[in-house]
Amino acid sequence: MKKNTLFLIILIFTIFCFIVLLKGLSKDNSYKPNINFGKKLSSFEGKNFFNDQLINSNELFNENKIYVLNIWASWCAPCRAEHSVLMELKKNKLIEIIGINYKDNLTNAKKFVDEYGNPYSEILIDEDGTIAISLGAYGIPETIVVDKNQIILKKFFGAISNKSLNEINSLTK
Amino acid sequence: MSKSKFILLIIFCFFIFSSSSKSSDDLVNKISKNIRCLICQGQSVYDSNSEFAESIKLLIKKKIDEGVSEKNIYEYLKNQYGDWIVYEPEFNKNTFFLWTIPVFVFVIGGWVIFRKIKFFKL
Repeated sequence: MKKNTLFLIILIFTIFCFIVLLKGLSKDNSYKPNINFGKKLSSFEGKNFFNDQLINSNELFNENKIYVLNIWASWCAPCRAEHSVLMELKKNKLIEIIGINYKDNLTNAKKFVDEYGNPYSEILIDEDGTIAISLGAYGIPETIVVDKNQIILKKFFGAISNKSLNEINSLTK
Repeated sequence: MSKSKFILLIIFCFFIFSSSSKSSDDLVNKISKNIRCLICQGQSVYDSNSEFAESIKLLIKKKIDEGVSEKNIYEYLKNQYGDWIVYEPEFNKNTFFLWTIPVFVFVIGGWVIFRKIKFFKL
């Protein structure tokens, strides 16, 4: 009788483990980024791209607008691809685009802005990539849309497209 | 101040500085070994040389220099990237079975072995 009870406990436990592992196998184990919708942006500080003045993120979001934080670099090919979309986005007066220049050579970055146009109202220099990390970024380009309370509304990984442009514009309607 | 005292003072300052930076580096290494490089294949931030990992290491160092505790650094990174960034998951309702099942198996297994030994001794 006792032996049977022990056998039954072991059997139930084995079946339980088997089911748990079987369910785990069918689960997609590829990493999905944590989007943090509805969370407040962590504060950050960086030097102004044009005058080296230190800027705190809290100084950037003071108007009742939608803010688009775009992490870019002159050496990044997808950043070139998305630049025309950003220039288009700039036309919406209810949107402010803030650039985070990621681990870039300043001369090259300035050339990039001169050549392709400047869609940014402010550009902060992220010399060592720590601003991007405090924004929860994985790589570049990456675009984070926040409201004036710095609440994350949308996040785009990789170059933004015309579809993303419409999505961002629709937030101002 | 005599020359020898001055040299001794410099050596003392150097020793203090090097030991403090060593302990800070040790802590950076300790934390980065427990942080997953999210853009790498099965590597920790410590093991990886990717841009992402290098930036995380720098951020950890900055936070330590600012006097942020180890626990708060983990919390900060989890807040940015989710619980998955940490290799060692903390004990909460989602990880309850993960932490308790091995203990449960160990206790039951120990009990079974104990019973068997007792049985053979008799």
